[in-house]
Amino acid sequence: MGQVKSLADLRKIKESLQEKMSLREKSNNPESLVQVRVAMATCGIASGAKQVMDFFMEEFDKRNIQAVVTQTGCMGYCFAEPTVEVTLPGQEPIVFGYVDSKKADDIIEKYVKNGELVDGIIPVNYQTIEKK
Amino acid sequence: MSKYKMHVLVCGGTGCHASESDRLLDNFKNIVVDKGLDNDVQVIATGCFGFCEKGPIVKIMPDNTFYTGVTPDDALDIIDEHIIKGRKVNRLLYVNPENKEIISDSKHMGFYKKQIRIALRNCGFIDPENIDEYISRDGYEALAKCLTEMTPQQVIEEMKKSGLRGRGGGGFPTGLKWEITSKSESDVKYVVCNADEGDPGAFMDRSILEGDPHSVIEAMAICGYCIGGYNGLVYIRAEYPLAIERLKTAIGQAREYGLLGNDILGTGFKFDIELRYGAGAFVCGEETALIHSMEGLRGEPTVKPPFPSVSGYYGKPTNVNNVETFANVPIIITKGADWFASIGTEKSKGTKVFALAGKINNVGLIEVPMGTTLREVIYEIGGGIKDGKKFKAVQTGGPSGGCLTEKHLDSPIDFDNLIAAGSMMGSGGMIVMDEDDCMVSIAKFYLDFTVEESCGKCSPCSIGNKRLYEILDKITQGKGTRDDIDSLRNLGSVIKDTALCGLGQTSPNPVLSTIDNFWNEYIEHVKDKKCRSGQCKALLQYVIEPENCVGCTACARNCPVNAIAGERKGIHVIDQTTCIKCGACLDKCKFNAVFIK
Repeated sequence: MGQVKSLADLRKIKESLQEKMSLREKSNNPESLVQVRVAMATCGIASGAKQVMDFFMEEFDKRNIQAVVTQTGCMGYCFAEPTVEVTLPGQEPIVFGYVDSKKADDIIEKYVKNGELVDGIIPVNYQTIEKK
Repeated sequence: MSKYKMHVLVCGGTGCHASESDRLLDNFKNIVVDKGLDNDVQVIATGCFGFCEKGPIVKIMPDNTFYTGVTPDDALDIIDEHIIKGRKVNRLLYVNPENKEIISDSKHMGFYKKQIRIALRNCGFIDPENIDEYISRDGYEALAKCLTEMTPQQVIEEMKKSGLRGRGGGGFPTGLKWEITSKSESDVKYVVCNADEGDPGAFMDRSILEGDPHSVIEAMAICGYCIGGYNGLVYIRAEYPLAIERLKTAIGQAREYGLLGNDILGTGFKFDIELRYGAGAFVCGEETALIHSMEGLRGEPTVKPPFPSVSGYYGKPTNVNNVETFANVPIIITKGADWFASIGTEKSKGTKVFALAGKINNVGLIEVPMGTTLREVIYEIGGGIKDGKKFKAVQTGGPSGGCLTEKHLDSPIDFDNLIAAGSMMGSGGMIVMDEDDCMVSIAKFYLDFTVEESCGKCSPCSIGNKRLYEILDKITQGKGTRDDIDSLRNLGSVIKDTALCGLGQTSPNPVLSTIDNFWNEYIEHVKDKKCRSGQCKALLQYVIEPENCVGCTACARNCPVNAIAGERKGIHVIDQTTCIKCGACLDKCKFNAVFIK
């Protein structure tokens, strides 16, 4: 993408990005585009988030699951690092804590493939501000 | 796609565990199998919901029904009524204490409104290394709005109206600071972001820079527009390598998009940001010391005035704001000052991020509106004290703050209340202590930190704090007297009145506030030579209970200083003058004869 030259430009970019994001979120093809966000602040990385993220990327590839794995900042649940948020298409995001590669394997096999929850769910307990 | 039609989530947090949530979980699992529902309903334990007061908590998905105070016997009812017949069990639903209304969907519960994420709005949500994700969440919209629709004075007015105060600890009104800097006449002005986060236990600034660096970049540009400066500097400690890397990436992306640099958004406004690294000295969080450190001088504070807003970096007007303060700015512009001012208390608007640490179940980063009580933070969001122990104190404001006790639990947290209670907001570290913590040792710990971090420029701080530390050390060694407590008080207030900068002026706070709030504990230390929590080793006495001693000699053989005398099969005695209180005898005794007095 080139330079943002004006407010109109910025809004245009925003709109196109939002479309892209919502397509990602609202996709109704169940096999496609599982979203995984790994909390990758210093504390998360120190407790192994990098390995977990690598694991997710490699394993989704190996197991032929279409997924988007992205990094993000601190979710605030430091007691349960590494934390990972998984969003299945059309469903509310779920946060899993204490994720190591074994738990990640469980999440892929049970939750992503079958919608079966696994231990270590962290209930989200804050309000986000609505968009403007 | 889901194999299961319904999920039963049972809270497995410590609080709910104590009220039999494990038996409840078993009951659910058994009943589901008994009724042949195990292919349709999944029962699972979760982490703490943070609503321990009303535990055990059960949540049914996908309809988000939230049951509170569920006993093991209620499992059958929930399965029969809710899962099978689709009727909610009203008697277990949460009742709003204010209007007695029954609330079934957890999203509408007041409890979930306790935390509002404003500064952390994008943390843990967007990819910090992808500017597109920030833009899709209204990123850079505020900058665009300022540059195209508002004059600098209008933006400053908006900031003043919002009531935003500095989040680094001082609580100075941000809009006013911007106004003062904007009115200082100069050809060059600087915008500085203070990312020298140094309070033990506080890490919100690091988290914001790591999770949402663009919000700080955008806010700095807005500040530059307001004050008439086009140079931004971020003073960040070198021990935050990831934050530095993400910030650099973000600055690079913003430049690439033309959101930093010359002629931003075609308006002719130019602004760019450079990084300056700090070596991690605590005093460099003080703005004058920070500026000297950036200039390549020793990180020492100078007397204010002149304030940096008038004469700062290389003598030019410099606006210094903290990371969290900046993170609030873009959203204030996009959502409006009135919206922001509607959150919080009369004199402290918006939210504050706290790093919860210490003896608390849910250690983590939280963001609550100003005016939330300590009780809500500790017991509801933090999930209460670890291992069911008793709350003793909470330390806020780091080495500059004080310890608050039980009696402060229900007072609303804001800048002024905390100061009135003898502590301060600080940058938002919150360390919770339980009955096992000795308050004299805690005060000593913070003084140790201050002594280490004092820059040495003024005597009250560099010599006075050292003396405070020595007196505290004497007390924990069991050599203190009643007069020492008075000396602590006198010396403490002299340091507060005479030290040069904020570090020295606040460094006696941990001592003074613990003396005020835990007077009896100090008296016990000096008069009875006792430490009730057993932390002050010198005040402990290891003794042998003659009735239990069988004369096995295990203790005497393992004592490293030969302080234990006694014949084989005879009663042993510990010589208190030789004993070094290592505890080896206690570990080795198999007959429970050694105990601590």
